[in-house]
Amino acid sequence: MTETEIFIHAEHLCFAYDDEKDAIPAVKDISLDIRRGEYVAVLGHNGSGKSTFAKLLNQILEPTSGKLVVGGVDLTAEELTEEELLAHRRRVGMVFQNPDNQLVATVVEEDVAFGPENLGIPHPELRERVDRALEAVGMSEYAAHEPHRLSGGQKQRVAIAGMIAMMPECVIFDESTAMLDPLGRREVLDAIRMLNRERGMTVLNITHYMNEAALADRVIVINDGEVLMDGTPDEIFARRAELRSVGLEVPQCAELIHLLRDAGFSVEGEKISTVEGCAEMILRSLGVIEEKGR
Amino acid sequence: MKNISFGQYYPADSVIHRMDPRAKVLMALFYIVCTFLCKNVLCFGVLILSCILLIRVAKLPLRLVLGTLKPLLFILLFTTLINVFMTKGETLLTPPDWRIAIYAEGLWNALFMMLRIVALLASTEVFLTLTTTPIALTDGLESLMSPLKALRFPVHDLTMIITIALRFIPTLMEETEKIMNAQRARGADFRSGGLIKRARALLPVFIPLLSSAFKRADELANAMDCRCYHGGEGRTKLKVLKFRPSDFVAVFSVVAFGVGILFLNRSGIGYTLK
Repeated sequence: MTETEIFIHAEHLCFAYDDEKDAIPAVKDISLDIRRGEYVAVLGHNGSGKSTFAKLLNQILEPTSGKLVVGGVDLTAEELTEEELLAHRRRVGMVFQNPDNQLVATVVEEDVAFGPENLGIPHPELRERVDRALEAVGMSEYAAHEPHRLSGGQKQRVAIAGMIAMMPECVIFDESTAMLDPLGRREVLDAIRMLNRERGMTVLNITHYMNEAALADRVIVINDGEVLMDGTPDEIFARRAELRSVGLEVPQCAELIHLLRDAGFSVEGEKISTVEGCAEMILRSLGVIEEKGR
Repeated sequence: MKNISFGQYYPADSVIHRMDPRAKVLMALFYIVCTFLCKNVLCFGVLILSCILLIRVAKLPLRLVLGTLKPLLFILLFTTLINVFMTKGETLLTPPDWRIAIYAEGLWNALFMMLRIVALLASTEVFLTLTTTPIALTDGLESLMSPLKALRFPVHDLTMIITIALRFIPTLMEETEKIMNAQRARGADFRSGGLIKRARALLPVFIPLLSSAFKRADELANAMDCRCYHGGEGRTKLKVLKFRPSDFVAVFSVVAFGVGILFLNRSGIGYTLK
């Protein structure tokens, strides 16, 4: 396996909801490549087509036109058979926005087992997978609990465990933190980082939170169903004016750097996506710490 | 409302709690047959004693079981009264010139009917709802009904529906409360007025609830698709049910109990139900 292996390849992807005639396509023209093991954040305001794009990747929706290759399988070549579809969904997992609407069973461990049960995983591997998945998200002690008694963050971690238990190669988070409180959001983001860093899973985090996007290796900004920007968080957040024009704000620390620059201060550096990076840039410009080479 | 635990499972460590859910379903069925086999005082006496014994074995508080019968008090009284007044027999207890005639047979019938209903409800609760978790119950039902698959009866789909219903009852309860609070905040009044007025007041609660339930269903279906759900075919189960020898013994003893009841019926003591 090479490091640069392309896992998701999209070419002029287009999708229109067909319930209205002459509807503006939700996804107009998206072409991009995502490599195996990447941590990508997909940014966009409401209605930008980012969630639709995620649903295309998982074949909940079928693209109207364009080409989509995931993990070497061309999903747009011809009608997929039931088996091919299942095989694809086994490789690409998805965690949704509302934690309540994706848990199926009345007991946590039964819910985590739902995916592997569908795959027909035999005993005792099934049990092992469930236990390990719950452990990975730190929910082992809640194995026998009822989902509706858990907090939002906990429910979302159960949903992630359900995904892990299926052992996918790629996980898509479709605004999975949008309905959570700050604590729950941190729990989920920690789990996402763990999946990517420790397990080498390809992660797509679809979000409209800038701070979450800053955690990724790469940020793709989608507007009106098209890719507007694509780059590292530092590169993206340097383009404040463009982001503003599509209704997005840069993270607070980057905003501070931009305001300082606007006010005529020369703040050198690129690492504006993290608080630490910004702090260092400001300190350096103030002369508190030396120039590079320390 | 959040504390409603559907099925009223009462956690305890008893022989009945540990039994295979399939055994419990069978026992409940056979026990119901037993209640219908009872014909005379002796039988009903034994039946009620066996009920109390079962409650003891299941380590359930007697009060709890009786408490769950409370909502059915009206039906119980109603059937009893119907039996008292509607049964025609030979021994007239009221003076012949009264417009209402009560016969001794009617009193016996009423008593037996009441005891039968009580035993029926108490036993199903002891065997099923109070001692079995909803998920074990649906698993047991799925397994017991699996022969029906040969007749193309959608057994798996049915149990999946039950599981999802159980899973979403608390969620929808919570939502109902939220919507009601939202409507109250805008001045809705759910308490005053007649039946029709109150029913109308609930309309603005049910419509948003229904629309959100459909939305939830759609999202859940997507989530299930993503987790490779494709019906019951080729599915494995996390918890495998095991029918142990003790379960056999338990089911058999209920059958034996029924046979015993049949013998007691022959004793002919007191009034015998027709």
